[in-house]
Amino acid sequence: MNFPKDLKYSATHEWARIEGGIATIGITDFAQGELGDIVFVEMPAIGSKVEMAKPFGTVEAVKAVSDLNAPLSGEVAEINGELEGTPDLVNKDAYGKGWMVKVKLSNPGESAKLMDAEAYEKMEKHGH
Amino acid sequence: MEKKTPFYDQHVAAGGKMVPFAGFLMPVQYVGIIEEHRHVRSKVGLFDVSHMGEIEVWGPEALKFVSYVTVNDPAALEVDQVQYSAMCYPDGGIVDDLLVYRFPDHYFLVVNASNLDKDFAWLQEQAKKFNVTLKNTSDDVAQLALQGPQAEPLLAKICDLKLSDMKFYWFKIGKVDGVEMIVSRTGYTGEDGFELYFDKKYAGQIWEALFKAGQEFDLKPSGLGARDSLRLEMKYCLYGNDIDKTTSPLEAGLGWITKLKKEGDFIAKDVLLKQKAEGVKRKLVGFEVEGNAFPRQHYKVFKDGSQVGEVVSGVFSPSVAKGIGTAYVQSEFAKTGTDIQVEIRGKMVPAKVAETPFWKHSSIKK
Repeated sequence: MNFPKDLKYSATHEWARIEGGIATIGITDFAQGELGDIVFVEMPAIGSKVEMAKPFGTVEAVKAVSDLNAPLSGEVAEINGELEGTPDLVNKDAYGKGWMVKVKLSNPGESAKLMDAEAYEKMEKHGH
Repeated sequence: MEKKTPFYDQHVAAGGKMVPFAGFLMPVQYVGIIEEHRHVRSKVGLFDVSHMGEIEVWGPEALKFVSYVTVNDPAALEVDQVQYSAMCYPDGGIVDDLLVYRFPDHYFLVVNASNLDKDFAWLQEQAKKFNVTLKNTSDDVAQLALQGPQAEPLLAKICDLKLSDMKFYWFKIGKVDGVEMIVSRTGYTGEDGFELYFDKKYAGQIWEALFKAGQEFDLKPSGLGARDSLRLEMKYCLYGNDIDKTTSPLEAGLGWITKLKKEGDFIAKDVLLKQKAEGVKRKLVGFEVEGNAFPRQHYKVFKDGSQVGEVVSGVFSPSVAKGIGTAYVQSEFAKTGTDIQVEIRGKMVPAKVAETPFWKHSSIKK
Protein backbone atom coordinates (compact mmCIF):
# COMPACT_ATOMS: atom_id res chain seq x y z
CA MET A 1 0.00 0.00 0.00
CA ASN A 2 1.20 3.42 -0.99
CA PHE A 3 0.89 6.58 1.18
CA PRO A 4 2.67 9.53 -0.45
CA LYS A 5 4.10 11.95 2.12
CA ASP A 6 3.18 15.13 0.23
CA LEU A 7 -0.58 14.49 0.44
CA LYS A 8 -3.31 15.11 2.99
CA TYR A 9 -5.93 12.43 3.62
CA SER A 10 -9.58 12.29 4.67
CA ALA A 11 -11.13 9.57 6.83
CA THR A 12 -13.30 8.65 3.82
CA HIS A 13 -10.20 7.82 1.73
CA GLU A 14 -9.81 10.88 -0.44
CA TRP A 15 -6.44 12.59 -0.87
CA ALA A 16 -5.56 16.22 -1.56
CA ARG A 17 -2.37 17.73 -2.95
CA ILE A 18 -2.39 21.40 -1.96
CA GLU A 19 -0.35 23.80 -4.11
CA GLY A 20 -0.85 27.56 -4.07
CA GLY A 21 -4.49 27.65 -2.93
CA ILE A 22 -5.52 24.82 -5.30
CA ALA A 23 -6.12 21.26 -4.14
CA THR A 24 -5.87 18.35 -6.55
CA ILE A 25 -8.19 15.63 -5.27
CA GLY A 26 -8.55 11.90 -5.82
CA ILE A 27 -9.17 8.66 -3.94
CA THR A 28 -6.46 6.70 -2.19
CA ASP A 29 -4.77 3.54 -3.35
CA PHE A 30 -6.55 1.73 -0.52
CA ALA A 31 -9.94 3.04 -1.72
CA GLN A 32 -9.42 2.01 -5.34
CA GLY A 33 -8.30 -1.43 -4.16
CA GLU A 34 -11.42 -1.85 -2.05
CA LEU A 35 -13.71 -0.75 -4.88
CA GLY A 36 -12.09 -2.91 -7.54
CA ASP A 37 -12.36 -2.14 -11.26
CA ILE A 38 -13.69 1.40 -11.62
CA VAL A 39 -16.01 1.86 -14.59
CA PHE A 40 -17.26 5.42 -14.18
CA VAL A 41 -16.49 8.54 -12.18
CA GLU A 42 -19.34 11.02 -11.85
CA MET A 43 -17.81 14.49 -11.60
CA PRO A 44 -19.15 17.84 -10.46
CA ALA A 45 -19.50 20.71 -12.95
CA ILE A 46 -16.63 23.16 -13.29
CA GLY A 47 -17.50 26.20 -11.21
CA SER A 48 -19.67 24.28 -8.75
CA LYS A 49 -19.03 24.59 -5.04
CA VAL A 50 -17.89 21.66 -2.95
CA GLU A 51 -17.95 21.46 0.81
CA MET A 52 -15.62 19.62 3.14
CA ALA A 53 -16.89 16.11 4.02
CA LYS A 54 -19.90 16.48 1.69
CA PRO A 55 -20.41 14.34 -1.46
CA PHE A 56 -19.35 15.93 -4.75
CA GLY A 57 -19.52 12.89 -7.04
CA THR A 58 -19.59 9.12 -7.19
CA VAL A 59 -17.30 6.31 -8.22
CA GLU A 60 -18.94 3.31 -9.87
CA ALA A 61 -17.06 0.02 -9.75
CA VAL A 62 -18.24 -3.25 -11.28
CA LYS A 63 -19.97 -4.38 -8.12
CA ALA A 64 -20.31 -1.29 -5.95
CA VAL A 65 -20.82 2.45 -5.92
CA SER A 66 -19.22 4.90 -3.53
CA ASP A 67 -19.68 8.59 -2.81
CA LEU A 68 -16.78 10.95 -3.32
CA ASN A 69 -16.53 13.34 -0.40
CA ALA A 70 -14.72 16.63 -0.72
CA PRO A 71 -11.71 16.66 1.59
CA LEU A 72 -11.73 20.48 1.46
CA SER A 73 -14.17 23.27 0.57
CA GLY A 74 -13.97 25.44 -2.51
CA GLU A 75 -14.90 25.84 -6.16
CA VAL A 76 -14.22 23.22 -8.85
CA ALA A 77 -11.60 24.72 -11.19
CA GLU A 78 -10.84 21.70 -13.32
CA ILE A 79 -11.93 18.08 -13.75
CA ASN A 80 -9.90 15.18 -15.10
CA GLY A 81 -11.48 14.62 -18.52
CA GLU A 82 -9.27 11.57 -19.13
CA LEU A 83 -11.38 9.60 -16.66
CA GLU A 84 -14.40 9.75 -18.95
CA GLY A 85 -12.88 7.31 -21.41
CA THR A 86 -10.41 5.59 -19.09
CA PRO A 87 -11.84 5.49 -15.56
CA ASP A 88 -9.43 2.64 -14.77
CA LEU A 89 -6.66 5.25 -14.46
CA VAL A 90 -7.94 5.54 -10.90
CA ASN A 91 -7.05 1.87 -10.35
CA LYS A 92 -3.73 2.11 -12.14
CA ASP A 93 -2.44 5.40 -10.79
CA ALA A 94 -4.60 6.65 -7.93
CA TYR A 95 -2.25 9.50 -6.92
CA GLY A 96 -1.21 10.52 -10.43
CA LYS A 97 -3.21 10.14 -13.65
CA GLY A 98 -6.21 9.03 -11.62
CA TRP A 99 -6.77 12.46 -10.03
CA MET A 100 -10.37 13.64 -10.19
CA VAL A 101 -10.85 17.36 -9.58
CA LYS A 102 -8.92 20.54 -8.80
CA VAL A 103 -10.57 22.80 -6.30
CA LYS A 104 -9.81 26.46 -5.63
CA LEU A 105 -9.87 26.50 -1.85
CA SER A 106 -12.26 28.84 -0.06
CA ASN A 107 -10.93 28.00 3.37
CA PRO A 108 -7.31 26.77 3.19
CA GLY A 109 -7.20 26.50 7.00
CA GLU A 110 -9.43 23.39 6.78
CA SER A 111 -6.44 21.34 5.70
CA ALA A 112 -5.35 21.21 9.34
CA LYS A 113 -8.30 18.83 9.92
CA LEU A 114 -6.98 16.30 7.39
CA MET A 115 -4.54 13.51 8.19
CA ASP A 116 -0.94 13.34 7.07
CA ALA A 117 0.42 10.19 5.45
CA GLU A 118 1.54 8.70 8.73
CA ALA A 119 -1.83 9.20 10.44
CA TYR A 120 -3.74 7.83 7.43
CA GLU A 121 -1.51 4.78 7.21
CA LYS A 122 -2.05 4.17 10.93
CA MET A 123 -5.82 4.40 10.46
CA GLU A 124 -5.61 1.81 7.68
CA LYS A 125 -3.48 -0.62 9.65
CA HIS A 126 -5.67 -0.42 12.72
CA GLY A 127 -8.88 -0.94 10.83
CA HIS A 128 -10.64 2.42 10.42
CA MET B 1 -14.40 -16.46 12.54
CA GLU B 2 -14.62 -17.39 8.86
CA LYS B 3 -13.69 -20.83 7.64
CA LYS B 4 -10.99 -21.37 5.07
CA THR B 5 -11.49 -23.58 2.04
CA PRO B 6 -8.78 -26.17 1.27
CA PHE B 7 -7.41 -23.74 -1.36
CA TYR B 8 -6.86 -20.78 0.96
CA ASP B 9 -3.04 -20.88 0.66
CA GLN B 10 -3.27 -21.16 -3.13
CA HIS B 11 -5.47 -18.04 -3.27
CA VAL B 12 -3.13 -16.01 -1.13
CA ALA B 13 -0.13 -17.18 -3.18
CA ALA B 14 -1.96 -16.18 -6.38
CA GLY B 15 -2.64 -12.68 -5.03
CA GLY B 16 -6.29 -13.27 -4.20
CA LYS B 17 -8.04 -10.53 -2.29
CA MET B 18 -9.73 -12.49 0.49
CA VAL B 19 -13.11 -11.36 1.78
CA PRO B 20 -15.69 -12.93 4.07
CA PHE B 21 -18.47 -14.61 2.09
CA ALA B 22 -21.10 -17.02 3.43
CA GLY B 23 -18.93 -17.84 6.43
CA PHE B 24 -15.78 -18.43 4.38
CA LEU B 25 -12.77 -16.37 3.43
CA MET B 26 -13.03 -16.34 -0.35
CA PRO B 27 -11.09 -14.61 -3.13
CA VAL B 28 -13.25 -11.80 -4.55
CA GLN B 29 -10.62 -11.16 -7.22
CA TYR B 30 -6.96 -11.74 -8.09
CA VAL B 31 -6.14 -9.07 -10.69
CA GLY B 32 -9.54 -7.51 -11.35
CA ILE B 33 -13.12 -8.53 -11.98
CA ILE B 34 -13.29 -7.30 -15.58
CA GLU B 35 -10.10 -9.07 -16.65
CA GLU B 36 -11.07 -12.31 -14.90
CA HIS B 37 -14.57 -12.11 -16.36
CA ARG B 38 -13.29 -11.68 -19.92
CA HIS B 39 -10.73 -14.43 -19.45
CA VAL B 40 -13.48 -16.93 -18.61
CA ARG B 41 -15.53 -15.81 -21.62
CA SER B 42 -12.59 -16.08 -24.02
CA LYS B 43 -10.27 -18.74 -22.55
CA VAL B 44 -10.60 -20.57 -19.25
CA GLY B 45 -10.67 -19.75 -15.54
CA LEU B 46 -10.62 -21.74 -12.32
CA PHE B 47 -12.97 -20.93 -9.43
CA ASP B 48 -12.77 -22.35 -5.93
CA VAL B 49 -16.34 -23.14 -5.00
CA SER B 50 -15.56 -25.36 -2.03
CA HIS B 51 -17.83 -23.21 0.11
CA MET B 52 -20.85 -24.83 -1.55
CA GLY B 53 -22.75 -27.38 0.55
CA GLU B 54 -23.09 -31.06 -0.34
CA ILE B 55 -25.80 -33.31 1.03
CA GLU B 56 -26.23 -37.01 0.19
CA VAL B 57 -29.65 -38.67 0.28
CA TRP B 58 -29.62 -42.44 0.82
CA GLY B 59 -32.34 -45.02 1.38
CA PRO B 60 -35.22 -46.79 -0.37
CA GLU B 61 -37.34 -43.64 -0.52
CA ALA B 62 -34.57 -41.31 -1.71
CA LEU B 63 -36.28 -40.54 -5.03
CA LYS B 64 -39.67 -40.01 -3.41
CA PHE B 65 -38.09 -37.71 -0.83
CA VAL B 66 -36.11 -35.61 -3.31
CA SER B 67 -39.23 -35.30 -5.44
CA TYR B 68 -41.23 -34.17 -2.40
CA VAL B 69 -38.77 -31.45 -1.32
CA THR B 70 -37.87 -30.06 -4.77
CA VAL B 71 -39.96 -28.51 -7.54
CA ASN B 72 -38.25 -30.19 -10.49
CA ASP B 73 -38.85 -33.86 -11.26
CA PRO B 74 -35.92 -36.06 -10.22
CA ALA B 75 -37.74 -39.11 -11.64
CA ALA B 76 -36.79 -37.74 -15.05
CA LEU B 77 -33.09 -38.06 -14.24
CA GLU B 78 -30.97 -40.85 -15.66
CA VAL B 79 -28.04 -42.17 -13.66
CA ASP B 80 -25.13 -39.71 -14.23
CA GLN B 81 -27.49 -36.82 -14.97
CA VAL B 82 -27.76 -33.50 -13.13
CA GLN B 83 -30.81 -31.32 -12.61
CA TYR B 84 -31.17 -27.68 -11.58
CA SER B 85 -33.97 -27.39 -9.04
CA ALA B 86 -35.33 -25.44 -6.09
CA MET B 87 -36.73 -26.28 -2.68
CA CYS B 88 -39.80 -24.38 -1.51
CA TYR B 89 -41.54 -23.65 1.74
CA PRO B 90 -45.24 -24.56 1.87
CA ASP B 91 -46.14 -20.95 0.95
CA GLY B 92 -44.13 -21.18 -2.29
CA GLY B 93 -41.16 -19.11 -1.07
CA ILE B 94 -37.78 -20.55 -1.95
CA VAL B 95 -35.64 -22.33 0.66
CA ASP B 96 -32.74 -22.62 -1.78
CA ASP B 97 -31.85 -23.44 -5.36
CA LEU B 98 -29.70 -26.48 -5.90
CA LEU B 99 -28.28 -29.13 -8.18
CA VAL B 100 -29.54 -32.70 -7.90
CA TYR B 101 -27.17 -35.48 -9.03
CA ARG B 102 -28.50 -38.99 -9.59
CA PHE B 103 -26.14 -41.79 -8.63
CA PRO B 104 -27.10 -45.49 -9.03
CA ASP B 105 -27.83 -45.82 -5.29
CA HIS B 106 -28.32 -42.30 -3.93
CA TYR B 107 -28.89 -38.62 -4.74
CA PHE B 108 -26.34 -35.87 -4.21
CA LEU B 109 -27.58 -32.32 -3.58
CA VAL B 110 -25.39 -29.25 -4.00
CA VAL B 111 -26.72 -26.20 -2.15
CA ASN B 112 -25.63 -22.63 -1.46
CA ALA B 113 -23.01 -22.14 1.25
CA SER B 114 -25.00 -19.39 2.93
CA ASN B 115 -28.02 -21.71 3.21
CA LEU B 116 -26.34 -24.99 4.11
CA ASP B 117 -27.26 -25.12 7.80
CA LYS B 118 -30.80 -23.93 7.14
CA ASP B 119 -31.19 -26.38 4.23
CA PHE B 120 -29.86 -29.35 6.17
CA ALA B 121 -32.17 -28.66 9.11
CA TRP B 122 -35.12 -28.22 6.72
CA LEU B 123 -34.32 -31.46 4.89
CA GLN B 124 -33.91 -33.38 8.15
CA GLU B 125 -37.29 -32.15 9.31
CA GLN B 126 -38.95 -33.26 6.06
CA ALA B 127 -37.04 -36.57 6.10
CA LYS B 128 -38.87 -37.74 9.21
CA LYS B 129 -41.77 -38.84 6.99
CA PHE B 130 -39.52 -40.87 4.65
CA ASN B 131 -37.27 -43.88 4.83
CA VAL B 132 -34.09 -41.97 3.99
CA THR B 133 -30.76 -41.04 5.55
CA LEU B 134 -29.13 -37.67 4.99
CA LYS B 135 -25.41 -37.01 5.13
CA ASN B 136 -23.90 -33.54 5.13
CA THR B 137 -20.48 -34.08 3.52
CA SER B 138 -19.72 -30.38 2.94
CA ASP B 139 -16.70 -30.24 5.22
CA ASP B 140 -14.94 -33.09 3.40
CA VAL B 141 -15.50 -31.99 -0.18
CA ALA B 142 -13.30 -29.70 -2.24
CA GLN B 143 -15.03 -28.21 -5.26
CA LEU B 144 -13.48 -26.44 -8.23
CA ALA B 145 -15.23 -24.97 -11.27
CA LEU B 146 -13.16 -24.97 -14.46
CA GLN B 147 -15.02 -22.64 -16.81
CA GLY B 148 -14.49 -21.32 -20.30
CA PRO B 149 -14.32 -22.44 -23.93
CA GLN B 150 -10.92 -24.07 -23.33
CA ALA B 151 -12.09 -26.11 -20.32
CA GLU B 152 -12.56 -29.37 -22.22
CA PRO B 153 -9.17 -29.58 -23.98
CA LEU B 154 -7.47 -28.54 -20.76
CA LEU B 155 -9.17 -31.09 -18.53
CA ALA B 156 -8.85 -33.84 -21.17
CA LYS B 157 -5.07 -33.71 -20.69
CA ILE B 158 -5.29 -35.01 -17.11
CA CYS B 159 -8.66 -36.79 -16.98
CA ASP B 160 -9.30 -40.42 -17.88
CA LEU B 161 -12.89 -39.81 -19.03
CA LYS B 162 -13.94 -39.23 -22.63
CA LEU B 163 -15.07 -35.66 -22.01
CA SER B 164 -16.19 -35.06 -25.58
CA ASP B 165 -18.98 -37.59 -24.93
CA MET B 166 -20.21 -35.80 -21.82
CA LYS B 167 -23.14 -33.47 -22.42
CA PHE B 168 -24.07 -30.36 -20.46
CA TYR B 169 -25.68 -31.30 -17.12
CA TRP B 170 -24.26 -34.84 -17.11
CA PHE B 171 -21.48 -36.22 -14.93
CA LYS B 172 -19.23 -39.25 -14.41
CA ILE B 173 -16.94 -40.55 -11.72
CA GLY B 174 -13.46 -40.38 -13.19
CA LYS B 175 -9.86 -39.70 -12.35
CA VAL B 176 -8.14 -36.35 -12.66
CA ASP B 177 -4.39 -36.55 -12.12
CA GLY B 178 -5.05 -40.02 -10.68
CA VAL B 179 -7.55 -38.78 -8.08
CA GLU B 180 -11.08 -40.15 -8.18
CA MET B 181 -13.75 -37.47 -8.35
CA ILE B 182 -17.11 -36.35 -9.68
CA VAL B 183 -16.56 -34.66 -13.04
CA SER B 184 -19.70 -32.71 -13.83
CA ARG B 185 -20.33 -30.71 -16.99
CA THR B 186 -22.04 -27.85 -15.20
CA GLY B 187 -21.30 -24.28 -14.14
CA TYR B 188 -22.56 -20.85 -13.22
CA THR B 189 -20.86 -18.75 -15.88
CA GLY B 190 -22.66 -19.37 -19.16
CA GLU B 191 -19.54 -20.96 -20.62
CA ASP B 192 -18.72 -24.59 -21.22
CA GLY B 193 -16.95 -26.12 -18.27
CA PHE B 194 -16.75 -28.63 -15.49
CA GLU B 195 -17.29 -28.75 -11.77
CA LEU B 196 -15.07 -31.19 -9.89
CA TYR B 197 -15.95 -32.62 -6.48
CA PHE B 198 -13.28 -34.53 -4.61
CA ASP B 199 -11.76 -35.35 -1.24
CA LYS B 200 -10.28 -32.16 0.15
CA LYS B 201 -7.01 -33.88 1.04
CA TYR B 202 -6.11 -33.74 -2.68
CA ALA B 203 -6.84 -30.02 -2.97
CA GLY B 204 -3.25 -28.86 -3.39
CA GLN B 205 -2.40 -31.63 -5.84
CA ILE B 206 -5.42 -30.99 -8.10
CA TRP B 207 -4.98 -27.21 -8.07
CA GLU B 208 -1.37 -27.66 -9.16
CA ALA B 209 -2.20 -30.31 -11.77
CA LEU B 210 -4.86 -28.08 -13.34
CA PHE B 211 -2.51 -25.10 -13.56
CA LYS B 212 0.26 -27.26 -14.99
CA ALA B 213 -2.05 -28.70 -17.64
CA GLY B 214 -3.56 -25.25 -18.07
CA GLN B 215 -0.35 -23.46 -18.92
CA GLU B 216 -0.80 -23.82 -22.69
CA PHE B 217 -4.44 -22.66 -22.36
CA ASP B 218 -3.53 -19.63 -20.25
CA LEU B 219 -5.58 -20.84 -17.27
CA LYS B 220 -6.08 -18.10 -14.66
CA PRO B 221 -7.70 -18.18 -11.22
CA SER B 222 -11.05 -16.39 -11.08
CA GLY B 223 -12.72 -14.81 -8.08
CA LEU B 224 -16.23 -14.43 -6.73
CA GLY B 225 -16.57 -10.99 -8.30
CA ALA B 226 -16.27 -12.41 -11.82
CA ARG B 227 -18.48 -15.35 -10.82
CA ASP B 228 -21.23 -12.85 -9.97
CA SER B 229 -20.90 -10.72 -13.12
CA LEU B 230 -20.72 -13.86 -15.29
CA ARG B 231 -23.84 -15.38 -13.74
CA LEU B 232 -25.77 -12.13 -13.98
CA GLU B 233 -24.99 -11.81 -17.71
CA MET B 234 -26.78 -15.18 -18.03
CA LYS B 235 -29.61 -14.11 -15.68
CA TYR B 236 -28.82 -17.10 -13.49
CA CYS B 237 -30.47 -16.61 -10.10
CA LEU B 238 -28.44 -15.82 -7.00
CA TYR B 239 -30.05 -16.77 -3.70
CA GLY B 240 -30.35 -13.74 -1.43
CA ASN B 241 -30.65 -11.41 -4.44
CA ASP B 242 -32.84 -12.83 -7.19
CA ILE B 243 -34.59 -15.45 -5.11
CA ASP B 244 -35.34 -15.91 -1.42
CA LYS B 245 -38.13 -17.02 0.92
CA THR B 246 -40.39 -14.21 -0.34
CA THR B 247 -40.17 -15.14 -4.04
CA SER B 248 -41.74 -18.14 -5.73
CA PRO B 249 -40.05 -20.07 -8.54
CA LEU B 250 -42.80 -18.96 -10.92
CA GLU B 251 -42.18 -15.29 -10.14
CA ALA B 252 -38.44 -15.87 -10.54
CA GLY B 253 -38.78 -17.19 -14.09
CA LEU B 254 -38.07 -20.72 -12.91
CA GLY B 255 -41.30 -22.15 -14.33
CA TRP B 256 -39.10 -24.31 -16.54
CA ILE B 257 -37.86 -26.24 -13.49
CA THR B 258 -41.25 -26.29 -11.74
CA LYS B 259 -42.91 -29.55 -12.74
CA LEU B 260 -46.46 -29.14 -11.52
CA LYS B 261 -47.62 -32.32 -13.26
CA LYS B 262 -44.97 -34.63 -11.81
CA GLU B 263 -46.05 -37.78 -10.03
CA GLY B 264 -46.83 -37.48 -6.33
CA ASP B 265 -47.14 -34.57 -3.97
CA PHE B 266 -44.43 -32.00 -3.33
CA ILE B 267 -44.04 -29.06 -0.98
CA ALA B 268 -45.88 -25.95 -2.21
CA LYS B 269 -47.62 -27.81 -5.04
CA ASP B 270 -51.07 -26.36 -4.23
CA VAL B 271 -49.78 -22.79 -3.93
CA LEU B 272 -47.77 -23.03 -7.15
CA LEU B 273 -50.71 -24.58 -9.05
CA LYS B 274 -52.89 -21.66 -7.93
CA GLN B 275 -50.19 -19.13 -8.91
CA LYS B 276 -49.85 -20.77 -12.28
CA ALA B 277 -53.62 -20.73 -12.87
CA GLU B 278 -54.08 -17.13 -11.75
CA GLY B 279 -50.84 -15.79 -13.17
CA VAL B 280 -48.10 -14.22 -11.05
CA LYS B 281 -48.41 -10.56 -10.07
CA ARG B 282 -44.73 -9.83 -10.49
CA LYS B 283 -41.89 -11.27 -12.52
CA LEU B 284 -38.12 -11.28 -12.44
CA VAL B 285 -36.85 -9.50 -15.54
CA GLY B 286 -33.48 -8.55 -16.90
CA PHE B 287 -32.93 -4.93 -17.89
CA GLU B 288 -30.28 -2.69 -19.39
CA VAL B 289 -29.65 0.87 -18.31
CA GLU B 290 -28.68 3.68 -20.66
CA GLY B 291 -25.45 5.59 -20.26
CA ASN B 292 -22.97 5.58 -17.42
CA ALA B 293 -25.37 4.58 -14.68
CA PHE B 294 -25.31 1.29 -12.93
CA PRO B 295 -28.15 -0.40 -11.12
CA ARG B 296 -27.62 -1.84 -7.64
CA GLN B 297 -29.67 -4.06 -5.35
CA HIS B 298 -32.76 -2.31 -3.83
CA TYR B 299 -32.87 0.58 -6.32
CA LYS B 300 -36.48 1.33 -7.21
CA VAL B 301 -37.97 0.70 -10.65
CA PHE B 302 -40.56 3.13 -12.05
CA LYS B 303 -42.93 3.33 -14.98
CA ASP B 304 -44.17 6.83 -15.78
CA GLY B 305 -43.70 8.11 -12.25
CA SER B 306 -45.11 5.14 -10.32
CA GLN B 307 -42.97 2.56 -8.63
CA VAL B 308 -43.52 -0.82 -10.30
CA GLY B 309 -40.64 -2.83 -8.90
CA GLU B 310 -37.23 -3.15 -7.31
CA VAL B 311 -33.75 -4.10 -8.49
CA VAL B 312 -32.44 -7.35 -6.99
CA SER B 313 -29.08 -7.67 -8.81
CA GLY B 314 -27.06 -5.05 -10.64
CA VAL B 315 -23.62 -4.88 -12.14
CA PHE B 316 -21.47 -3.29 -14.80
CA SER B 317 -21.52 -5.95 -17.50
CA PRO B 318 -17.99 -6.44 -18.83
CA SER B 319 -19.33 -8.20 -21.96
CA VAL B 320 -21.87 -5.61 -23.10
CA ALA B 321 -20.16 -2.68 -21.32
CA LYS B 322 -23.43 -1.41 -19.81
CA GLY B 323 -25.23 -1.39 -16.53
CA ILE B 324 -27.38 -4.52 -16.40
CA GLY B 325 -29.55 -5.95 -13.70
CA THR B 326 -32.50 -8.00 -12.64
CA ALA B 327 -35.62 -6.64 -11.00
CA TYR B 328 -39.00 -7.83 -9.88
CA VAL B 329 -41.60 -5.77 -11.74
CA GLN B 330 -45.38 -5.92 -11.93
CA SER B 331 -46.15 -8.54 -14.58
CA GLU B 332 -47.72 -6.05 -16.99
CA PHE B 333 -44.31 -4.36 -17.37
CA ALA B 334 -42.27 -7.55 -17.76
CA LYS B 335 -42.36 -7.74 -21.57
CA THR B 336 -39.04 -7.47 -23.39
CA GLY B 337 -38.58 -3.96 -24.75
CA THR B 338 -40.72 -2.23 -22.11
CA ASP B 339 -39.32 1.18 -21.20
CA ILE B 340 -38.81 1.57 -17.47
CA GLN B 341 -36.86 3.93 -15.24
CA VAL B 342 -34.46 3.07 -12.46
CA GLU B 343 -33.99 5.58 -9.67
CA ILE B 344 -30.24 5.95 -9.26
CA ARG B 345 -29.33 8.33 -6.45
CA GLY B 346 -32.33 10.54 -6.97
CA LYS B 347 -32.24 10.53 -10.78
CA MET B 348 -34.68 8.68 -13.02
CA VAL B 349 -32.45 6.82 -15.46
CA PRO B 350 -34.00 5.30 -18.61
CA ALA B 351 -33.81 1.52 -18.83
CA LYS B 352 -35.36 -1.24 -20.92
CA VAL B 353 -36.55 -4.73 -20.11
CA ALA B 354 -34.02 -6.81 -22.02
CA GLU B 355 -33.97 -10.15 -23.71
CA THR B 356 -31.95 -12.52 -21.56
CA PRO B 357 -29.39 -13.92 -21.28
CA PHE B 358 -27.52 -10.67 -21.82
CA TRP B 359 -24.53 -12.69 -23.05
CA LYS B 360 -25.52 -14.34 -26.32
CA HIS B 361 -22.27 -16.10 -27.34
CA SER B 362 -22.11 -18.89 -24.79
CA SER B 363 -19.70 -21.75 -25.49
CA ILE B 364 -22.04 -24.28 -23.84
CA LYS B 365 -22.66 -27.29 -26.07
CA LYS B 366 -26.21 -28.40 -25.39
